[in-house]
Amino acid sequence: MSQNSSLEPQCPLPLASDDTIRLAHGGGGRLMQQLIHEIFLEAFSNSYLNALQDSAVLPTQDGRLAMTTDSYVVQPLFFPGGDIGSLAIHGTINDLAMMGASPHYLSAGFILEEGLPIITLKQIVSSMAKTAQDCGVHIVCGDTKVVDRGKGDQIFINTTGLGVIPQSVDIGPHRLTPGDRIIVSGDLGAHGMAVLSQREGLEFSGNLRSDSAPLPDVIADLLKHNIAIHCLRDLTRGGLASALNELATAGPSTMTIKESCIPISDPVRGACEILGLDPLYVANEGRFVMFLPSEDVDRALSLLHQHAVSKNATDIGEIRLPESTPHQSLVTLETRYGTHRILDLLSGEQLPRIC
Amino acid sequence: MKYVDEFRNPKAVEALSREIHQITRHSWTIMEVCGGQTHSIVRYGLDRLLPPEISLIHGPGCPVCVTPIELINTACELAKIPKVILCSFGDMLRVPGTNEDLLKIKAQGGDVRIIYSPLDAVAIAKANPSRQIVIFAVGFETTAPAQAMAILQAQRMELENFFVLVAHVLVPPAMEALLSSPENRIQGFLAAGHVCTIMGYDMYEPISEKFQVPIVVTGFEPVDILEGVKMVVDQLEEGRSAVENQYARSVHRSGNLEAQKVINEVFEPSSRIWRGIGNIPKSGLQLRLAFTQFDALQQFHDRIHLTDVTTSPPSECQSGRILQGLMKPSDCPAFGTRCTPDHPLGAPMVSSEGACAAYFQYRPSRVAQL
Repeated sequence: MSQNSSLEPQCPLPLASDDTIRLAHGGGGRLMQQLIHEIFLEAFSNSYLNALQDSAVLPTQDGRLAMTTDSYVVQPLFFPGGDIGSLAIHGTINDLAMMGASPHYLSAGFILEEGLPIITLKQIVSSMAKTAQDCGVHIVCGDTKVVDRGKGDQIFINTTGLGVIPQSVDIGPHRLTPGDRIIVSGDLGAHGMAVLSQREGLEFSGNLRSDSAPLPDVIADLLKHNIAIHCLRDLTRGGLASALNELATAGPSTMTIKESCIPISDPVRGACEILGLDPLYVANEGRFVMFLPSEDVDRALSLLHQHAVSKNATDIGEIRLPESTPHQSLVTLETRYGTHRILDLLSGEQLPRIC
Repeated sequence: MKYVDEFRNPKAVEALSREIHQITRHSWTIMEVCGGQTHSIVRYGLDRLLPPEISLIHGPGCPVCVTPIELINTACELAKIPKVILCSFGDMLRVPGTNEDLLKIKAQGGDVRIIYSPLDAVAIAKANPSRQIVIFAVGFETTAPAQAMAILQAQRMELENFFVLVAHVLVPPAMEALLSSPENRIQGFLAAGHVCTIMGYDMYEPISEKFQVPIVVTGFEPVDILEGVKMVVDQLEEGRSAVENQYARSVHRSGNLEAQKVINEVFEPSSRIWRGIGNIPKSGLQLRLAFTQFDALQQFHDRIHLTDVTTSPPSECQSGRILQGLMKPSDCPAFGTRCTPDHPLGAPMVSSEGACAAYFQYRPSRVAQL
């Protein structure tokens, strides 16, 4: 695997699956080398990583580089529809996709808590490797640290992503234009409710599964077919409402969306009703909102509907010119009854209500 | 989704709105008691579907909002005790005490945990025999049965590390107090559907008769609320005052007798201070003598140091007038400027059932005031 034989592990015993992470696994000695070789290199192997240099050396690319980083601290580590490993790949490459970039390379930083079962780490790393392979990205460099028991929450992962934006592509809030239509790529809130119900041991009927999924392919398809995408945003923490608010503050425009058009599955609606949460603020990991000229909406929807990840994509509203009042960079929701309310940023976390 | 969609049906809402317009001939002021109803009204803009003669005012039915600041300060003090795990419903965590809220205590190292049911706290107590578990028992008659069940379960399990900071309040005495106020302008009530699911509604009959007000037990969905308003307006226009039940799919006249039995076994009525309103006789619950071993105040009385803090809410906060329906949140000079969910002056701006939070969250009109 490595041409540098001095880095080969000297410890003859393989890592036993019933073992746990010890502080020495981050200490720079033999145990750390063993961890790197038997778990990380074994799973992530590619020519850039296997060189085991201080930096990964990557070929230059045509186009502009897009770079993003995200840290993953989800509990539980495994949830219906995914795990922290698959999430650490999807989350970061989806951020790249939102700029129209095709993801190429990832770094992976692990902060492990002393006592983490090796078998758990192996499962997570294996899930990351499979997800990266499915998405066509290479994990080219990494880092591992171990913290004392009680100083972490089993495992934290950071991934940084590097992608390439074709020269002709220009996507961002600066292109939002009054008259743009607003499309969401699918039903909302499944990731947040799946993780919450698993974490809190809440038993809901129905199938609550995370929507965690890669988005680069569907975005690439839209770009290939010359859909004039003005802006994209993935709907992670804070959900649709927070994403729209962040974008609405970027320009002198208001956004109006129709409650009756927003897709939300029955299990998510039910769980949110019981807990008093608003699904428009609940996290997603495989959903995005797209702004585009109205003349491209029909073509975009028919392309979106061909991809499993966006088969329920829907046109939910539009960007309007600000009305008379200043400070009107707001998002308005038209209810099913024709009345209007603001869709504001949350203050703090959404807390379950009392009765 | 069954039991929800039919009560949010736009056609039914439109039809009810039309009927209310047709029957209304005079001006009427109606109070919805429960904060959940207030949120539905503001969230869906239901008040804007009513004729201008009908004014909806928002009642004190937000348990978090009416919990007195002394009890919040006490909960904060309890959460600071090293071996204590303070369990609370999520809503309570951001409500400001005099100097701090429970979220701040949590950030400073206090063990504060959000629970979804009082029975969760029993499980925590069982799993942590070396810790002392205090549950901040807030709520109306709706949450009292589960709270009482938790105490009975702790008793059966002989748990010696389970304690309760009781802050339960009762709705009918508060309605009576509002009607007795010289400033009262309430002409009809939408009574709180969930409270009546537990307690029934026969206890409202003497109130309706004494004060000559229509009281309609009402649910929480748009169709429920408009139907409740229509039933109140029907009575008012016809000069009647009776107790009627709009929420018959959930509420029976005598309520849930089993739940009432559990409440009565563990708790007895006591006078209670309502934040912003004051002391109302027999409007709260306290532990019966046989259960005082679970009383957190008794267990930790020497650990609670409240003498150095003032216990009055900021003078600018109008929550008392808002909770009595004497003022709308948007009429408060601090609303949306000096008082926001990020920097609340009072509980109604914090709780998900608070009227101020509902107006701030949903009402486009606040923009003009910024």
